[in-house]
Amino acid sequence: MKEKNTGRVAEVSLGATTAEGGTRTTTIVVGGDTALPFHHFEGEVPHRPVVAMEVQDIVPSWPEHLGKYFRDVWDKPGEWARKGVDVYGADLIYLKLDGIDPEGANRSAADAVAVVKEVLQAVGVPLIVVGCGNTEKDNEVMEAVAEAAAGEKLLLGNAEQDNYRTLTAACLGNGHSIIARSPLDINICKQLNILITEMNMPGNRIVIDPSIGGLGYGIEYAYSIMERSRIGALQGDKMLSMPILCTVGYECWRAKEANSPEEEVPEWGTQETRAIMWEATAASAMLQTGAHILLMRHPQAVALTRKAIDRLMQPNNY
Amino acid sequence: MALTGLEIYKQLPKKNCGECGPPTCLAFAMALAGGKASLDSCPYVSDAARAALDSAAAPPIAKVVVGSGDTVIELGDETELFRHDKKFYHETAVAFLVSDTLGEAELSDKVAEINQLAFHRVGLEYRIQMVAIKNDSGNPETFKNAVQTVASNTGLALALISENPEAISQALGPVASRKPLVSAATEANWEQMVAAVKDSGCALAVKAAGLDNLAALVEKITGAGYKQLVLDPMPDSVSRAVADFTQIRRLAIKKKFRPFGYPLIAFTQAEDPLEEVTEAAAYVAKYASVVVLKTTDRAALLPLLTLRQNIYTDPQVPIQVEEGIHEVGTPNENSPVYVTTNFSLTYYSVEGEVEGSRIPSHIISVNTDGLSVMTSYADGKFEAEKIAETMKKYGIEAKVKHRNIVIPGGVAVIKGKLEELTGWKVIVGPREASGIAAFAKSQFA
Ligand code: SF4
Repeated sequence: MKEKNTGRVAEVSLGATTAEGGTRTTTIVVGGDTALPFHHFEGEVPHRPVVAMEVQDIVPSWPEHLGKYFRDVWDKPGEWARKGVDVYGADLIYLKLDGIDPEGANRSAADAVAVVKEVLQAVGVPLIVVGCGNTEKDNEVMEAVAEAAAGEKLLLGNAEQDNYRTLTAACLGNGHSIIARSPLDINICKQLNILITEMNMPGNRIVIDPSIGGLGYGIEYAYSIMERSRIGALQGDKMLSMPILCTVGYECWRAKEANSPEEEVPEWGTQETRAIMWEATAASAMLQTGAHILLMRHPQAVALTRKAIDRLMQPNNY
Repeated sequence: MALTGLEIYKQLPKKNCGECGPPTCLAFAMALAGGKASLDSCPYVSDAARAALDSAAAPPIAKVVVGSGDTVIELGDETELFRHDKKFYHETAVAFLVSDTLGEAELSDKVAEINQLAFHRVGLEYRIQMVAIKNDSGNPETFKNAVQTVASNTGLALALISENPEAISQALGPVASRKPLVSAATEANWEQMVAAVKDSGCALAVKAAGLDNLAALVEKITGAGYKQLVLDPMPDSVSRAVADFTQIRRLAIKKKFRPFGYPLIAFTQAEDPLEEVTEAAAYVAKYASVVVLKTTDRAALLPLLTLRQNIYTDPQVPIQVEEGIHEVGTPNENSPVYVTTNFSLTYYSVEGEVEGSRIPSHIISVNTDGLSVMTSYADGKFEAEKIAETMKKYGIEAKVKHRNIVIPGGVAVIKGKLEELTGWKVIVGPREASGIAAFAKSQFA
């Protein structure tokens, strides 16, 4: 029994090669689905979901189970990114600019631009760049980043309901795409897409970040919001038809389950395996409900998720 | 999908004799549709009409029961394709595979390990459901002994995995009253399999590669009168499983295609234990009523069982904890006091972090109808008045000597009002629960 879908998820392309006006050696297209996730039997799933590994512009306060893989490079964002791509198989890099936070290291826009350039030089894959969460500072910094990397087709975030204009304008003017982040709410998600497209941003340059919530901490809300948006997109709702980015790694590593030592909770089993599986299981669920880009941190969770994607991309036509 | 009165009326004899109670067939049909009468009251209804009405009134996916006593597991009885349309009802039962080639001691050890697989988090207990014994030896006698060993060492439900009717027949005898799940009937053995399970009424998995073959085999078995079934379309890849499970669920719910109106069983294919769990996660999301695992690694099972709980949560009901004063560790009269909402995700994030600070504390949860801090504040359910009232109601002033209370950073604006109402000193805590450990260290250590 096949469902006939009239709609399609928008195709967003990330990264530009030299011929296209950038410097990337590989580019990525996400979206384009005309069916529910991995329903190859009744529609097209033209592009596999991708895994973005996180890099920060400042040494992060990550726990040992991440630290041991990244400590040797995490004060050098370029090398950190290269390790993610070359050693751990990241499809692209998600650069989080926590160093610009005025309540933290308060680095300048010029510093941020330098880090973005360093990462662009170090790796050939497309790049996502996201601010620290302080609206004023983010606007200032992301404008500078957008200009400095004009033509690279970056994916820049985060636009939010009460702060999207500056970032939208910066993306529009410099050929980048934008992340529209909403707080676990499908109405705000849709509204924000409308607001951004009203500024003339085409639908194929917007990616939704629905704020997924952690496994065991509300991920089921995101699960259903994403399922509803995909159904909406397939029925032709253009304002819900953007590809979806899930911040799986970020959510996982703030959960108690990823951080409590086994001595404290013996019945939960080995801590590192538990943390890896907290991340990989959440990713697995998000894939089933329509994720296109998964932000992840632990190398083994990345490897498991890439294998899961390989298996799910096998044809299942009748 | 209930029938309307008119649809039922079409099937009745239309004699209007009144022997059923109501004066006419139509009135009786209306009473039936409203669940206020039983078809048995009409002596003249034809067998064909009875069959049609029974099947139309049946749920789209049958409820199949496995286990007995304290370990009864209900499978199936689902009505939705998507959880947001209503909810998923009977969460995926998790079974662990053991082989009958293990020696008796090894087998008892393995079962002892499986028995211990229970997990506690966020105030809930996550349980596993079954031990599945597989007839790898090919020998009925060995199988029977292994099943006996497992049965005498566990209270969990059992699944007997063999395609040899003789092995099933022998092994089932002594444990039939425990209602194990039997897997599986195939095109080659189904008549003997049905004969083997018939008296016990045990759930029987039906296994055939491909949806058409599966439907045909199910029809043969139901045609022979056996209906306690579970379906296994034998997918040869995870991708195929997602497709097959979706088709089966869709046809059962949207088309009421009877042969597919039974719960689904999934066997993991990956050999690597961690890959196995990412695979099982897909089956939990995509309609499996039973998933059979090889790994017993707790660290991998906790996330899987957490996902199962999340997927099977009722999307309409915000999950709440009890209003009142909760203790973390063993707090005393000098311990800190935090206040938050009764939305369980908020509450347990706070509790987890307070626990992580290793400073015994009191947490007051205010009844906000299960809304989070910012949503309930916007809704007027987390105001200073409400908090003051809750503090009074549960007598926090008798539990501590100090008069300091920590409120979430997001509602810093209520500080003045709350101080005025209670006379307590209000300390503005972090906005996010994740900031609590550092906050507690600087404030209370
Ligand atoms: S007993 Fe049967 S035939 Fe008679 S009125 Fe009732 S429904 Fe009609």
